[in-house]
Amino acid sequence: MITLSHYIVLGAILFCISLAGLFINRKNVLVLLMSIELMLLAVNTNFVAFSRFHGDASGQVFVFFILTVAAAESAIGLAILVLLFRNRSTINVGEIDSMKG
Amino acid sequence: MNMPLFQLVCFYLFAAVTVAGAVAVISVRNTIHAALFLVLTFFSSACLWMLLQAEFLALALIVVYVGAVMVMFLFVVMMLDIDQERVREGFVRYLPVGLVVALVMLAEMLGMIGVRAMHQQALGPDPAQVAGGSNIRWLGEVLFTQYLLPFEVAALILTVGVVAAVALTLRVRAGTKHESPARQVQADPAQRVRLVKMAAELPQPEPVAPAAEESAS
Repeated sequence: MITLSHYIVLGAILFCISLAGLFINRKNVLVLLMSIELMLLAVNTNFVAFSRFHGDASGQVFVFFILTVAAAESAIGLAILVLLFRNRSTINVGEIDSMKG
Repeated sequence: MNMPLFQLVCFYLFAAVTVAGAVAVISVRNTIHAALFLVLTFFSSACLWMLLQAEFLALALIVVYVGAVMVMFLFVVMMLDIDQERVREGFVRYLPVGLVVALVMLAEMLGMIGVRAMHQQALGPDPAQVAGGSNIRWLGEVLFTQYLLPFEVAALILTVGVVAAVALTLRVRAGTKHESPARQVQADPAQRVRLVKMAAELPQPEPVAPAAEESAS
C-alpha cells in the first residue's frame, strides 16, 4: 500500500541528491542548472503527493505554475549561458569572476 | 495479484529508476549523458505522478520538460565546445563536503518525516473521481476560477521569458546587410520610375565604314 511517506521520502532523497550535485559540480554551469531542475522536480513530487492525499487541487495547480516558471527560467538561464560562452569562451564558474564579486 | 501490492511494486520500481537517474545526472563525466539521464529521471517521475492519478501534470511534465526544456539543454550542450577535463576539476575535492551535507540533510528530513505519524495515511479514493469527473476537470475548475489571475500572470511570464531569451542572444554583426521592411513598404513608385515622352526611334542608316577607318588611321 503506497503511503504519503513513500512520496515524501522520495522527494527528500531527490532533493539531497541534487544538493550534492550543486556541491560537486562546481565548475560546470550546465550541470548546476540541471541540478536546480532536479530540485524543482523533488518539490513538485511533494506537492503532487500532498495534493492527492489531502484531496486538495491547489497543490497540483501550484505544480502547474512551478513548471511554467521553471521553463521560463531555464530558457533565460541557457540564453545567459550562451551569451557568457560567446564572450568568455568558458562555462567554468571559477573563471567567471570579471565582476570581482 | 492484488492491486495495492502491484502499485507498491510499481512505485519501488519507478522510484529506483528515478533515484538512479538523478545520481547519474550529477556524477557522469559527459554533459550530454547527464542531460539524457535527466530525461530518464523526468520520465520515471512522470510515471510516479501517474500512480497518484495526476494524469495532467504527468503528461505536462513529459511534454514540457522532456519535449522542450531538455531538448533546449541538449541544443546548448552540443552548441558549446566544452573542455570536459577542465570542467571536471575539483570534482573529487568537493565530493566529501557535498556528500556530508546531503546525507546530514537527508537524515534530518527523514527524521522529521518519521515523527509525523499522519504521513502513514494510505492512498484513499481519487478526489477527482469523488468529485465526479476526471483529473483535468478537477484541476481546471480550480485553475480557471480561484487561480485565474495567477494563470494569466503565468502566461505573461512565459512571454517575458521568450522576449528576454531572444533579446539576450540576438547578435548584430558589423558589416552584414539587412532588409528594412519599413523602408520597403514606404517606397513610392512615383519616385522610382520616371516616364519619358520621346519620339519613336527609327532604324538609322549604317555609317560609312571606309570613312571611319580613314579617320582612325
